Amino acid sequence: MSGDAAAVVAAVEAVADRIQAEREHLTDLDSAIGDADHGGNMARGWAEAADTVAELDDPDVQTVVKTAGKTVLSEVGGASGPLYGGSLVFASQELEGGLTPETAVAFAETYLEKVQDRGDASVGDQTMVDALTPAVHTFKKSVETDDLPVLEAFAKAVAAAEIGVQFTVPIRASKGRASYLGWRSVGHQDPGATSTLYIMEELLETAADELDSEVPDVDASSPTIPDAEAAEN
Amino acid sequence: MVGLVVVSHSAKAAEGIVEVAAEMGGETAIEAAGGDDGEIGTDVDRISDALAAADDGDGVVVLVDLGSAVMNAEVAIEMHDGEAVIADAPVLEGAVNAAVAATDPKATLESVVEQAEAAADISKT
Repeated sequence: MSGDAAAVVAAVEAVADRIQAEREHLTDLDSAIGDADHGGNMARGWAEAADTVAELDDPDVQTVVKTAGKTVLSEVGGASGPLYGGSLVFASQELEGGLTPETAVAFAETYLEKVQDRGDASVGDQTMVDALTPAVHTFKKSVETDDLPVLEAFAKAVAAAEIGVQFTVPIRASKGRASYLGWRSVGHQDPGATSTLYIMEELLETAADELDSEVPDVDASSPTIPDAEAAEN
Repeated sequence: MVGLVVVSHSAKAAEGIVEVAAEMGGETAIEAAGGDDGEIGTDVDRISDALAAADDGDGVVVLVDLGSAVMNAEVAIEMHDGEAVIADAPVLEGAVNAAVAATDPKATLESVVEQAEAAADISKT
């Protein structure tokens, strides 16, 4: 198995452990505005995904991601199965050529598009899209425009996702079960945005471990000032 | 002939809707895909199995209730080895209309979807 594939297997395991550790917290968030099943469903699904990818025989990166997605899709159920698992399966096609900063950006963009499309959700609906969108945009810009090292770009993306999670607190839910609550959803942190942040944090930790680095201490802001002439092109 | 799948958060609701629709549907294959491991919810594997059981090659029209039913049905359709379409229709009325439409010897996937979606205009008063 390639080092990258082994790293992705380790990342799935790290995600499973983190979701298990946060299980009660996620369930508490979900019981405020949903049906209190997010923690349990996600913990079960990711634990199964970690077991399944650990048993793959010499997989490539794409196979690990696709297999994890299929397992989450099938085990988590509800809306989280298709949103977390189905989107992983779909976006895994971007990793056919392995894991590079460029394929990671393509993967992130495709994942976000699939989540938006499947859930028919946009920024401001109090969903995981509120965490994913700033993360994906920041990651793409950090890699493609600012030429930052991939670990720093990813750390910025995670910082952006944290802001997105906070943004879900003071806004009204327009998608998902919380939307049935109308104004009563205001003031509550979205469980899906929160678990999405946890997943990204674990991917970042695993990437740092694999690169024998510390997680860079950065915020989401860009180090560069846009060049007006370049922007016109 | 065109088959039907009824997806609901409740296994009982899905089975009940199938029961109502089957009374009008003659030989139409109508499968229930309700609940998630005995609880309220929807399950992509269950929907996939129902699609396979309802599809004799002429395609399947899928009736859904809320939220995750739509998402899980979409994923199951993407993985299905055949043609299947979600009808944008109220689940019970759509199922009854579709079941009747499917018995027409000239029925196609399109004509059954169209009849299911026409159920959105049924007035109750």
